Formats: sequence, structure tokens, C-alpha cells
Amino acid sequence: MKTINEFRFVVVLIIVLMATSFVIAQEDDTVIDPYTYEQNETCLQCHGQSSYFYYNEVVERDIKKRMNPFFIVDSAEYYDANHQTFLCIDCHSYEYEEFPHSGQLRMEPKFGCLDCHAGDEEYAKYKFEEIDDEFHKSVHSSKHSEDFTCSMCHNPHTYKINARTNENMADFILYDNEICLTCHAEISKYQLLTTMDNPSVLETHSWLPNQVLHFKNVRCIECHTEINNDILVAHNVLPKEQAVKLCVECHSKDSRLLASLYKYQFTDERSNLGFSNKAMLDEAYVIGANRNYYLNALSIVMFGFVLLALFIHAILRIIINYKRHE
Amino acid sequence: MSEKVYLYPVWIRLWHWFNAILCLLLIVTGVSMQYSDPAFPMIRFDWAVSIHDISGIILAINYILFTIGNLTTSNGKHYIFRKKILKNLIVQARFYAFGIFKGEDPPFPITEKSKFNPLQKFSYIVIMHAITPIVIISGIMLFFPELISFDIFGSGALHITDILHVIMGFIISIFLVVHIYFCTIGRTPVSNFKSMFTGFHEKH
Repeated sequence: MKTINEFRFVVVLIIVLMATSFVIAQEDDTVIDPYTYEQNETCLQCHGQSSYFYYNEVVERDIKKRMNPFFIVDSAEYYDANHQTFLCIDCHSYEYEEFPHSGQLRMEPKFGCLDCHAGDEEYAKYKFEEIDDEFHKSVHSSKHSEDFTCSMCHNPHTYKINARTNENMADFILYDNEICLTCHAEISKYQLLTTMDNPSVLETHSWLPNQVLHFKNVRCIECHTEINNDILVAHNVLPKEQAVKLCVECHSKDSRLLASLYKYQFTDERSNLGFSNKAMLDEAYVIGANRNYYLNALSIVMFGFVLLALFIHAILRIIINYKRHE
Repeated sequence: MSEKVYLYPVWIRLWHWFNAILCLLLIVTGVSMQYSDPAFPMIRFDWAVSIHDISGIILAINYILFTIGNLTTSNGKHYIFRKKILKNLIVQARFYAFGIFKGEDPPFPITEKSKFNPLQKFSYIVIMHAITPIVIISGIMLFFPELISFDIFGSGALHITDILHVIMGFIISIFLVVHIYFCTIGRTPVSNFKSMFTGFHEKH
């Protein structure tokens, strides 16, 4: 009897494990090693919660404490993010496995993107080196030196590649704009690097007509970066004085958006109904950029025909009047 | 001395000239936005948007005042189709195409009771009762684009509204050109323009 129960238990366990790995594989092609879950759980049992417990040997009882919110890692977000397959101690010191953590560990330098991604053939298509060059030209880097790191915008615990993979443009725009707003709409993070007051994004953009539509349909970087054709997402954030303020740079047939937001979707083909910039039209309607070839041609022909008819009519009137008065 | 008939009271003349100036501003700024190009800027895009918005709002108010004026005065009767409209249209069109060159008298002389010939009446009714309301309503929708950020038949409502707005604007611009030309067909080429300042129409 005991053997049968053990056999049943093993069969159920195999089915559960298969189902679990199937679900994980369905959501993302990356399959996470169960060992990663197990190892990371050591950290996430405290850092994945808003509170944690530990046994205080001095008072000889369990103590419940609130976790510093800046040290909380959302495990669901983490296992959906780019670095989902990593062990915590791949990037953080293995000494963190001891509790209480040594105070000295706070001095541990954090990895930057290039520490892992530079010179890596597997990641060559992302052009990390060029991104780094662009970033170092940007106002973020030049004004704040080494204090401004990649992780300021790309939280390594949650960052998920977006521009190449997300087919829902509204989500993709929201995700990217939230990266900017984590500092530019949040004074506590903004003031990590400056003593200035954080200007209100809504007020500084009050000149922008249809502000809500613009914020929903384009990313901040469309106007605030210098376009670099070699990389997918521009990283040279310009000083505010150099941001695009001329509407016509986007609202025209050769719209700037084609080299930024619609970079990978862009084709110069017309839609079946004759609208220019088809890829853009699938997502939004941009006055000046989505003009219709057939309607334009028809309007010119009609206008020309009307002017010609009126001109002939006028000439005939003049000639006949002249003859009558002779 | 030609015979004069008082056709255009002050309110009609004020409405007409306001409408004319606003239509011109709307057409010029509309074309500038539609064909915006950094290399050949007609009017700066943001200025064009502001001028277009303000002119559009004033034009809509002007249209409401015109409608109230038509409902409360006898002017409204000139904007209603009468019997035999198709036959009269053909007669008037024939006059402009042939009769005018043969020295024929206009088939529908202008009087206080009938101040528009059939072609004028037809075009003014279509423009004022169909095209202008569509252009105003679509303009209001474009002024609040967040209200039309949904799809109709697989296309964005904003897109369809804008196309409709542009087509109606184009029809109005064609009307404007034809209207100005036909105003030169009076006792003298400028007499009809003068009558919109003085209120008095000079008969042929």
C-alpha cells in the first residue's frame, strides 16, 4: 500500500512539474532553472515581502520588521524581466547569504550594463557600446558624471526589453515613458542627483496642444533625444533647450517619428487606400504625416479644372464684351 | 443711373465679411497643416493650429448667429428649395454656359423677393445647410480628439473625422473660388462686390 501511495505521489509530482514548466515556457521562451527559484527564494523570502522575520538571539524571540521599500524586489516582475534567469548572488555578493548582512556590503560597487554585456557576441545586435557612447554624450551623463548609471533608468530587477518585442504600441510607449517619469515625476528619486526642485512635467509641457494625446502616443525620447540611426532607442538625452519644439518635425510627410518611434515598423509604402506612412497610421493619426495620395491628386486635378474652366469663361466674356463695344 | 434694390441688411453684410475672412484664414491654415513640410513652411505649424482653432470657433459662433438671423427674419426664405429647382438649375447653367455670350438677359432677374438665381440658391443651401454644419461638427470633434480615440470599421474615428473635415474644407475652398468669380458677373465686374458693402444691388 505504501508503495502504491509513493508511486501516486511521484506521478502527481511529475505532472505538476511538467505543467509548471509548460506554463513558464508558454509565457516566455526562457525556461528558468528550478534551482534559480530555490536559491533566490533565500533572498526573496525577505526582499520579496513588505515585512520579514528573524530570530533575535538577544531577546530570544522572532521579530517582525518592515522591509525598506527600496530594497523590495517584486518576484513576479523579476521572473518576467530580462535578468529572470539570474541568481541574486550572480550580481550581489555571496556574503549576502549570511544574516544579518554585513554593513560593509553596502559599499559594494554595483555592476553596470557593460560589465556583463560589453564585447559579448550574443548581445552584439543590441550595440551596448554604442548605447554607452550615446549615453555619455547625454545630459544625464554629462551633468551627473558617474552618479548617473544605466540602472537609474533600467532597473536590473524589473527591466524588460520592450521596443523590439512589444507589438502593443500603447503599452510600449507607456512603459518607456514611465521610465522617465520615475525620476521626473518623483522628487525623492530626482533629488538623488540634484538639489533642484523637480519641475512639473505637465507645466513644462503646457505649450503642447492636446497634451494627453501626445503623452499617450509618443515617448518622451521622441523630442528629447538626438536620433542615432545605428541604435534602436536613442540614448543621447539633450538639454531641455535643444528638445524638439517645432511641431512640423513630426507633423510632416518625412516625420521624425519614422526615425524614432516607428523605426522598425517604418516602410515608405502607402496603405491600400493611399495614405502615406502606413505603419504610423496603424497606430495613430498624425496630421501632416498621414496625407492621402489619391485625395491630394484628385483635389489638385479638380482645383485645376475649376480654375481652367473659370479662366476660359472669363476670357470669352472679355473677348465678347470687347467685340460688342467695337 | 442703374436701378438699385436693397438686398443686404447690415447684419447680413457683417456676417458675410466675417465669414469670408474666417474662411480664408481656415483654408490657408488648413492647407498649411495638411501639407506641412520643414523645408517649405507656409505658416509655422503651431501658429497655423492656433489660428485655425480660433477662426473655427468664431466661424461656428457666426454660423449660429446666421441661423438665428435666418429663423427670425425674412432672409431665411432665400435658403429654401422651391418647385422646379432642377429645371431652373438647367436654365441658369445654360445661361452661364451660352446665353451670357449671346447677350441674353439673365433668366432669373434679381429682386427683393428672389435675391438668388437658382444656381446661387442651390450652392448656398448646400454650403450653408450641409457642408458648413459638417465642417463645424467635425472641427469640434477634432478640437477634442481624446473624445474620438476609438475605432470605426477598423479605422480610427479621429482619422475618418479628419478626412471628412478636409474634404468638406476642400469643397468650401472650391465654392469660394467659384463664388468670387461669379460675383464679377454683375452690371460691372465690381458692382456685386460693392453691393456687399453698401447693401444695394445694381440691376443689369
